[in-house]
Amino acid sequence: MNLHGVRAIYVFEMSRTWRTLFQSIVSPVVTTMLYFVVFGAAIGSRITEINGVSFAAFIIPGLVMLSILTESVSNASFGIHLPRFTGTIYEVLSAPISPIEIVLGYVGAAATKSVILGLIILATARLFVAYEVAHPLAMLAFLVLTAATFSLLGFIIGIWADNFEKLQFVPMLVITPLTFLGGSFYSIDMLPPFWRTVSLFNPVVYLISGFRWSFHDAADVPIGISIAFILVFFVLCIAAVWWIFKTGYRLKN
Amino acid sequence: MLDSPAGTADPAILVAELSKIYAGGHAAITDIDLEIRRGEIFALLGPNGAGKTTLISIICGIVNPTSGRVLAGGHDVVRAYRKARSLIGLVPQELTTDAFESVWNTVCFSRGLFGKPPAPGVLERILRDLSLWDKKDAKIITLSGGMKRRVLIAKALAHEPEILFLDEPTAGVDVELRRDMWDMVRRLRDDGVTIILTTHYIDEAEEMADRIGVIDGGRIVLVEDKAVLMRKLGKKELRLTLLAPLEAVPAELSSYTLSLEADGRTLVYTFDTQGERTGTTRLLGDLQQLGIRFTDLDTRQSSLEDIFVGLVGKTK
Repeated sequence: MNLHGVRAIYVFEMSRTWRTLFQSIVSPVVTTMLYFVVFGAAIGSRITEINGVSFAAFIIPGLVMLSILTESVSNASFGIHLPRFTGTIYEVLSAPISPIEIVLGYVGAAATKSVILGLIILATARLFVAYEVAHPLAMLAFLVLTAATFSLLGFIIGIWADNFEKLQFVPMLVITPLTFLGGSFYSIDMLPPFWRTVSLFNPVVYLISGFRWSFHDAADVPIGISIAFILVFFVLCIAAVWWIFKTGYRLKN
Repeated sequence: MLDSPAGTADPAILVAELSKIYAGGHAAITDIDLEIRRGEIFALLGPNGAGKTTLISIICGIVNPTSGRVLAGGHDVVRAYRKARSLIGLVPQELTTDAFESVWNTVCFSRGLFGKPPAPGVLERILRDLSLWDKKDAKIITLSGGMKRRVLIAKALAHEPEILFLDEPTAGVDVELRRDMWDMVRRLRDDGVTIILTTHYIDEAEEMADRIGVIDGGRIVLVEDKAVLMRKLGKKELRLTLLAPLEAVPAELSSYTLSLEADGRTLVYTFDTQGERTGTTRLLGDLQQLGIRFTDLDTRQSSLEDIFVGLVGKTK
């Protein structure tokens, strides 16, 4: 295994993060904090508890998920799209490094960045809201698995996209709406039966529900289904990446 | 079956029946067979769109071939890609660099990417050889075009490859840098590195190459030792500046390949350098007998460029 190669890509991508600290970390943290202030402190104080949890504490997992999903996709898609755009991808493609190692480097760095971001948001939220984490290890596992899965999705988008507009399309027009409608700010049990059924077709519902369970020990859908969903999505993304490297799709043709 | 031809040492690169048809149906290269010997400087010449970059890209693993095989150092570039690619360094045609990285970080990245452990001493020597050491902390975006070209060479050398591809390395660089690069390429060859360079500059190939390959329309037109090629296809001209202009070549001289230039003031005799007798002595004697006097004479060997234009012209 070319561990030096994996490390080289990982370090290179992480150094890009530190170079763009405001854009990569500070900006999403500040944006998420604004949600806490507006929906948690200002509006949330007038909303009754949900499942025995204050509204401000209730929205924390959803808001962390919102950040994790969009940032994972953005980071990973940009990480692989930029060398394709500038032409520096030639070096990666001509190096003695396997597709798995390339993915480990790029996706590993993007997921690391998202996990760091999620932990910073959680730590900062603590300044505004008192919350408990019922299952800390499960919370961390959900965080890592979600970041890795959506970084894989971002990697696929970064290879599929042939311009920067398409790169922004999925995070802005697919992930963000699905997250908002996936129970970030409410429990889907609060919806009328018809819209509750519709919501169950939104894959993000299962991610937010599972993540929220690790905090409040209560979920919209059974935790087993949430875990199964994220694992299936992870495997689907791995399969898509495998196909990309096998066929050379938009990389070697 | 892909084996080294009998009597030749294990080649650095062996290409067999290699073809590439792109998705749109364009056949970039067709049935290419090519052998690059260890330790030589091989120049691949060809006009734009001839297939040079596609051929290099397939050998280096950047483009998938449609059919055929390539061995690098005896290793199949597809099946044993790790061993094959670890032997190869590539300097691309375009100035593609990570603009916001420092020179030092980008060469460290290249070395790591090719599976080599950190070796600051090796990288320092490479940067010093390329006059980049005092720029090691500079961001690449701040460097001149020539310096960026050197950075690309440093990146390609960072993992100490045995085979180096230079895809039009001196395109757009000034004369001084061009000379520096030629010197560097010769030093690398002296260190045992096999060099394959593509170029538009015929004088570059003439100056540096041990062997020449000409590619046109996706096919290899010719591969030959440079000296043999020059000898085999080279013509020489004897140019005589006449004392008095001639209206036409005299009929008595019709057995010679003669032409008149400069309003009849220059008589040009073209002869084959391979011939046992060039005929120059006899021509000069015949001119004397006819009373045709000249004030000056000089000879001119046809250049590789003339040969190249002739070869590519034939394939059109």
